[in-house]
Amino acid sequence: MTDPSRAVLEIRDLTLRFPTYRGAVHAVNGASIRVNAGESVGIVGESGSAKSVTSLMAMRLLPEGGFEVMGGSVALCGRDILTASEKEMVKIRGRDVAMIFQEPLTALNPTRRIGQQMLEVIRLHRDLSAREARDLAIRLLGDMRIADPEQVLRRYPFELSGGMRQRVLIGLAFSCEPKLIVADEATTALDVTVQRQVLHLLRAKATLLGTAILFITHDLAVASQFCDRLYVMYAGAVVEEGPTAAVLGAPAHPYTQALLNALPERVAPGELLRSVAGSVPDLTVELSGCPFAPRCAQASAVCERRPALIPTGSDGHRAACWLAARVVQ
Amino acid sequence: MTHSPLLVLDGVTVRFPVGMDWLGRPTAHVHALNGVDIAVETGEVLGVVGESGCGKSTLANVLTRLVKPTAGSLAWTAGARQRLQIVFQDPQSSLDPRLPVWRIITEPVFLRERRTVADLKRLAGDLAEQVGLRREQVRRYPHEFSGGQRQRIAIARALSAQPDVIVLDEPTSALDVSVQAQILNLLADLRRAGGLTYILISHNISVVRHFCDRIAVMYLGQIVELGPVADVLARPRHPYTRLLLDSVPAIGRPLDMGVPIVDTELPSNRRLPAGCFFRDRCPFVVDGCERPQSLAPFAGPTADNHLARCHRAVDLAEDIA
Repeated sequence: MTDPSRAVLEIRDLTLRFPTYRGAVHAVNGASIRVNAGESVGIVGESGSAKSVTSLMAMRLLPEGGFEVMGGSVALCGRDILTASEKEMVKIRGRDVAMIFQEPLTALNPTRRIGQQMLEVIRLHRDLSAREARDLAIRLLGDMRIADPEQVLRRYPFELSGGMRQRVLIGLAFSCEPKLIVADEATTALDVTVQRQVLHLLRAKATLLGTAILFITHDLAVASQFCDRLYVMYAGAVVEEGPTAAVLGAPAHPYTQALLNALPERVAPGELLRSVAGSVPDLTVELSGCPFAPRCAQASAVCERRPALIPTGSDGHRAACWLAARVVQ
Repeated sequence: MTHSPLLVLDGVTVRFPVGMDWLGRPTAHVHALNGVDIAVETGEVLGVVGESGCGKSTLANVLTRLVKPTAGSLAWTAGARQRLQIVFQDPQSSLDPRLPVWRIITEPVFLRERRTVADLKRLAGDLAEQVGLRREQVRRYPHEFSGGQRQRIAIARALSAQPDVIVLDEPTSALDVSVQAQILNLLADLRRAGGLTYILISHNISVVRHFCDRIAVMYLGQIVELGPVADVLARPRHPYTRLLLDSVPAIGRPLDMGVPIVDTELPSNRRLPAGCFFRDRCPFVVDGCERPQSLAPFAGPTADNHLARCHRAVDLAEDIA
């Protein structure tokens, strides 16, 4: 069995920027994310919060030379990803960590059959004969409740429905039994009835194999249904973390509170929705102080200094807010 | 309830030819809409929900007359000005990047009447203020605005035509939650101020619950359930509505609660099923489902304005209660 205390992915104080001709964009500002073995961890946040950039760094999938790591570390199964060579990375990707993207049609090669693509990945990472690899592919598709897997292997991606393509990719992600699967908005493009089924299959398979899942989404409801723990990101920083029920049930950071309050189901039908005033900060300017302070109703002079993550409960629930500190004292 | 229909759709059917034989005759059809009957009331907000491929967007195209119905009719009541505008999902692609915002906003006016540039600019400024932008911002170009602001521009453009009906095709699905709240508040304000009628097409049930008076649930090009929002969402009568509502993720509700998860695919609209369209996916299927169903009111405690396309609507309702 897997040891729950062992970290599969450990991102520590990652600070990363994208150099552009108009100056650097400070995309990630000291984010720390830990995924333990067998756990499903969610990263939620709005666009521009760097949730995708952070998750891409788990596999170092950002274009080489396009980014600058200013500080921090990323360790996958105890190995430093930031210093690993590209050759080592090729081996790690797919074997130790696999990724499921939002749009399955662009993740699959449109000119090659499903079977060819699945077999290529499987045989690259596992020492199997063509026949064994084919049997494995059929078994993986069967596990994803795809009727008639042999038939599906002969099809092209465009011949399958969106839900089916996503299930093919999930099956493929599990092919090398990785320690971690990164699912970046994996069900966002799917219809709700299909989404429910895909989430169900993903969780069942992950539980069976003890695979950890890093689940990136903007949908708080999906996160609440799928994840054990949550990280809430804002402007490239983690503003709140903790068990899902605690973060969404008793949010400690004003940003998490504002995000939840903006949902239409939080007010009576026809009433005014509580939108968040202001807009996301300009990331070309380096962060000083709390990133949410300009939009926060409870901001005070102390918010000019950036708060660290402060425990608000005994169960690992922490928030980067001076107010949370006051409550504890 | 006052019944003053503004726009009546009667048996609207749309099918698109796909594939041709050597004489150019279509060999197959996509059946996008299969008999949509609905009367849009003056001043209401009608929500249209359903999954991809159910015909929501084709319905929007029929309403805006971008697509001509293959059969059936779309009729305005006598005396209506027949002005209808649309706000699209993606404000990135629905605004011309080469036009300044004042030109975009006043395009409907520009096409209809002859006005001076100064007059158009003044009108654009007024409309921009109405949707929460600054008057001087209309000199800029679309790329200088954020997604939420661009959607405000699209709304201002719709308003400039002084429409009676605005079709909102997924107006907030490309936006973040906090921005979505701003746009929905703006649309609600404009409706109160201007007596507008909205048709909101969305896959987001909580937006529809918040914003709409009536809801039409679509499946495979048909309306399967129609009624007041609160009524339909609290007591869904059609099995598909129940499946849809149980699948909508909600904070704190476990994944496997509600209607059991079954592995069925959305059916193809190339070849329509016989009888009830939902029959293959329905957990409550019995004898009689092989006959085509009609959208009908059912006897019960609810008002006669709640309709369902299911012959078991009444006995299924009892098993929920």
